[in-house]
Amino acid sequence: MTDLTDLTIAEARDGLRGKSFTARELTQAHVDAIEAANAALNAYVLPTPERALEMAAASDARLGKGEGGSLEGIPLGIKDLFCTKGVRTTACSHILDGFTPTYESTVTTNLWAEGAVMLGKLNNDEFAMGSPNETSHYGPVINPWRGPAPTRSSCPAGRPAARRRPVAARLCMGATATDTGGSIRQPAAFTGTVGIKPTYGRCSRWGIVAFASSLDQAGPIARTVRDAAILLKAMASHDPKDTTSVDAVVPDFEAAVGKGVKGLTIGIPKEYRMPGMAPEIEALWQQGIAWLRDAGAEIKEVSLPHTKYALPSYYIVAPAEASSNLARYDGVRYGLREPGADVLSMYENTREAGFGAEVKRRILIGTYVLSAGYYDAYYLKAQKVRTLIKRDFDQASEGVDAILTPTTPGPAFALGEKSGDPVEMYLNDIFTVTVNMAGLPGISVPAGLSSEGTPLGLQLIGRAFDEETLFRTAQVIEDATGPRPSPADWWSKSA
Amino acid sequence: MSVDSATVRRIARLARIAITDEEAARLETELSGILDWVAQLDELDTSAVEAMTRVEAMTMKKRKDEVTDGFCADDILKNAPKADDHYFVVPKIVE
Repeated sequence: MTDLTDLTIAEARDGLRGKSFTARELTQAHVDAIEAANAALNAYVLPTPERALEMAAASDARLGKGEGGSLEGIPLGIKDLFCTKGVRTTACSHILDGFTPTYESTVTTNLWAEGAVMLGKLNNDEFAMGSPNETSHYGPVINPWRGPAPTRSSCPAGRPAARRRPVAARLCMGATATDTGGSIRQPAAFTGTVGIKPTYGRCSRWGIVAFASSLDQAGPIARTVRDAAILLKAMASHDPKDTTSVDAVVPDFEAAVGKGVKGLTIGIPKEYRMPGMAPEIEALWQQGIAWLRDAGAEIKEVSLPHTKYALPSYYIVAPAEASSNLARYDGVRYGLREPGADVLSMYENTREAGFGAEVKRRILIGTYVLSAGYYDAYYLKAQKVRTLIKRDFDQASEGVDAILTPTTPGPAFALGEKSGDPVEMYLNDIFTVTVNMAGLPGISVPAGLSSEGTPLGLQLIGRAFDEETLFRTAQVIEDATGPRPSPADWWSKSA
Repeated sequence: MSVDSATVRRIARLARIAITDEEAARLETELSGILDWVAQLDELDTSAVEAMTRVEAMTMKKRKDEVTDGFCADDILKNAPKADDHYFVVPKIVE
């Protein structure tokens, strides 16, 4: 492995423009790293090295002519939820076995138009449903961050708790992700990376395998705040093919990085200080408040009184929409088909065999809450609670530029530790789902390490379409946290 | 409130997912647990609250009613488990 994989996107961009190395060299370094590590980390479900090197060669040609986009020659990993033309896309579900799209998602189209290089398709929970990345048909991803030896012996597979580990493990310079209840911000927090879920409507959902349409939003995971800003600028666009995509100018997010927080007011929601929160998370939060105050921000307590209802209403809305979206997987048009005596039993057998336990559980909950006689009591009720949650944020954001919270109530948990009780596993989403329910932007930025030595993150929540303030503020936290720690390489075959 | 095994079977049927007796028993407990937990929403009086439909007030986008896509039957059938002459093939439906 070479040092090229340690570069940030911003550094690599300068190096490519300055001809310090070629796009092919940069991509080859990542291809080699994936080859050495993937058996241990299971980060990629489908590496695409040949395509990557072809794209890199094309980038070199453009760079040679003094041309090229904002991500020219930058190698990225693509979550397996993004449809990629001619490259297998399964959402890590057995039911999409062998599905090879004949079209490209809008977000990835935007990235390739800016010159980015695809290293392959990244592992994720089946249909992105789950907290600890345990439900992938291809097996769990392993977090490069491991606990200390005593923990490791009880958990030999490491501490998987997140999806975007490849960014932390230097297996790509950045990654595309999607966030329905926290699937960008939580993995970022647990792997010491930066992840932003932009405002609902900022990125097109066209060509992304749908989970819960009113909550899903694409965003980047990267190693620095600046890199996340560069990636989001390239991913976001107005798309006539997605009616919920917003026809608004995409700002130059990178320009906001480094503007500091002097004159900003940061809200601290008192309801997020909840019983059961790990003391080290409380300490991290206080540290974050102190950093922002020292950097010139004013700190103000705010109230989000309906916080405790966000999670139960999320677990009505998300499964309801998922049950509807996943109705399309019937063995007729794509993916798996299991034979049956008649068409109905063919559907039932296909869906029985094709979906994993967590996906089935959510489809059944969703079907139940949408079934005759229950719609008003559950789905409509939950959508009304969403109005109250959004109203909380609207009222709190009067006189407040952004809100600071921990990303998760505790540190990363070990494989299998939480999946026994679905409700207990869902509680991990408590600080992130509120943001999806309100449709607001949220960023997770690394802010320190747990007592076990695994990363912890702080979350900033912004006003609708004001991601710039999040990048400004997150950069202050990144600077205060100090040099980016990286996990010790225990996974490479050559190491 | 709680779901019984007949309800689990009924919603599995609605969701078109075949389930075994063992799965039905496990799902009965799990689904009841989740539904009991979400019942805390009943504490809130939402009789005067509108359901949320979008994040920001925005008018539904419209476009001219004209064909913008199509003529790609081969692409559409490319991933079909079973297809014949631009048709999806399914088990016999009509006797």
